[in-house]
Amino acid sequence: MWEQIRDNQVRSVILVTVLGFILILLGSLLGQTVLGDWSVGLLLALLVWIVMTLVGYFQGDSILLSISKARKIGPDDLPRVYNVVEEMKIACGLEKMPDIYIVDDPAMNAFATGRDKNHASVTVTSGLLQKLNRDELQGVVGHEMAHIRNRDVLLMAMCSILLGTIVMLAWYGSRILFFGGGTRRSSSGGGSAQIIILLVAIVLMIFAPIMAQFIYLAISRKREYLADASSALYTRYPEGLASALEKIAASTEQIKSANNATAPMYILNPFRKGGRVAEDLSSTHPPTSERIRILRSMAGNVSLAGYESAYNQSHKGGGGIIPGSALAAVNAAVQSNPATPGIMPAEKERAREASDALWKLNKYREITCNCGLKFKIPPDFHSNTFNCPRCGTVHSLQHR
Amino acid sequence: MLVPILVILGIVVVVILIFAGIYNGLVGARNQVKNAWAQIDVQLKRRHDLIPNLVETVKGYMQHERGTLEAVTNARTTAIKAADSGVAAQAKAEGELSQALGRLFAVAESYPDLKASQNFLALQEELTSTENKISFSRQFYNDSVLQYNNKTQMFPSNIVASMGGFKAGEFFEVTDTVEREAPKVSFS
Repeated sequence: MWEQIRDNQVRSVILVTVLGFILILLGSLLGQTVLGDWSVGLLLALLVWIVMTLVGYFQGDSILLSISKARKIGPDDLPRVYNVVEEMKIACGLEKMPDIYIVDDPAMNAFATGRDKNHASVTVTSGLLQKLNRDELQGVVGHEMAHIRNRDVLLMAMCSILLGTIVMLAWYGSRILFFGGGTRRSSSGGGSAQIIILLVAIVLMIFAPIMAQFIYLAISRKREYLADASSALYTRYPEGLASALEKIAASTEQIKSANNATAPMYILNPFRKGGRVAEDLSSTHPPTSERIRILRSMAGNVSLAGYESAYNQSHKGGGGIIPGSALAAVNAAVQSNPATPGIMPAEKERAREASDALWKLNKYREITCNCGLKFKIPPDFHSNTFNCPRCGTVHSLQHR
Repeated sequence: MLVPILVILGIVVVVILIFAGIYNGLVGARNQVKNAWAQIDVQLKRRHDLIPNLVETVKGYMQHERGTLEAVTNARTTAIKAADSGVAAQAKAEGELSQALGRLFAVAESYPDLKASQNFLALQEELTSTENKISFSRQFYNDSVLQYNNKTQMFPSNIVASMGGFKAGEFFEVTDTVEREAPKVSFS
């Protein structure tokens, strides 16, 4: 069952090689046309790529988490959320419990980070915690766990860095070529060969970023389907993820801290404009309606094979989603279980629960007055006493 | 003369490498099965540890439900004892414990004070989640056994498996039909 991971590794090596080849080609051509020496261009391109990759590999997750203003929670802050993540950790056989972060944002979204399964984390927004019930949350967390388990996070990070390097080189290269031109040698001696190289460089500069983007997006969408399939397998309850996706798609809030670079990390494209129109070839995520339909048509069979056949029903022809070796390993039909039982407070209480945890994480102190009014005291409140506005009781604060 | 020898030598090396790869794959799969089994025990133990706490919390509120509470305590004792007496006996005892807990939570519905207690709510969340974790770790165990058994039975790894003495793993089957349907308890 876990064999899809090995297949993925082979496929990702091919993908990275193709992208790397585009980068090398672009770098050497730029070197040839701008500096007159292809090897310098090649070395520069490789250097930029290596530096960016190292930064991305070791610092990528912490950069991403700090951009999103995510806060880490422990088992005591939000026990239910912690438990749901731990349940999914057990279901997918991860050895180490991933860190859990929450983002204070009314938009509903989630993402996973981490270069390998020992440095993984799952992030959810407070809006998600408020709107989803336990089964739906489980489906979403299962989807993110699948990204960790399948090592999608590392692959997509490496690819987006390669893509970013290519786009950056093409952008600067074209500016230097068209406007700078300071180091360009006089073309009197070069002749036609020079012009051909220049033309090829221009064509490549225009098409390399587009090509790289399409490779990247195609892989990204395939990964989303695979993660959906794995989530259904872990939870044995595809309806949970399906209805979560429905709720997320229906919500109108957009996550504030997302940008183009972080978009593929989320469970649903944070920049969707609603409907299918925006979700075409240029999207990092497959159409949500499509994902929901596949999950719902899995019926009782929640194995990977079940997902594959449900996918093929809506995609006549064209390759499947799940590698054959993985399918062969789980030929036995896996029956869909009823939803796991779990207690779930009402939506209003869930919202309060999430926001209380956030207050606490931000080091606000909670004081309840005798008249029943509750105060959240910010950490930079310096006065030693304050009066309750309702009953006038004077409260004293000890500063730590 | 030299060429055929080299070819034969090359084939031998390749065969040995394939053999080693399959063998290591089998060992990895078998270890995963063992590890998955250990995970079930971790969760069962966690449930045993939580129960005295729950009984202590509930006692004050439920004066008239001595029988239900005693059933939970007894089921726990039986389950702890059954831990060393084989898979089937353990599964049965744990199933009975699940049912006793289900009854306790069902009865708790009619005690509004108890339902309002933060301590009880926290324990209830922990216990239901542990229940889920038990079933998820069983699920992962069975998935691992399926994967391992496929390897021991499919060609060509079955040859290596029979030579290396890899025996098929045992599925965790829940025999009791009541246990198969996870206890339906509504906490709304």
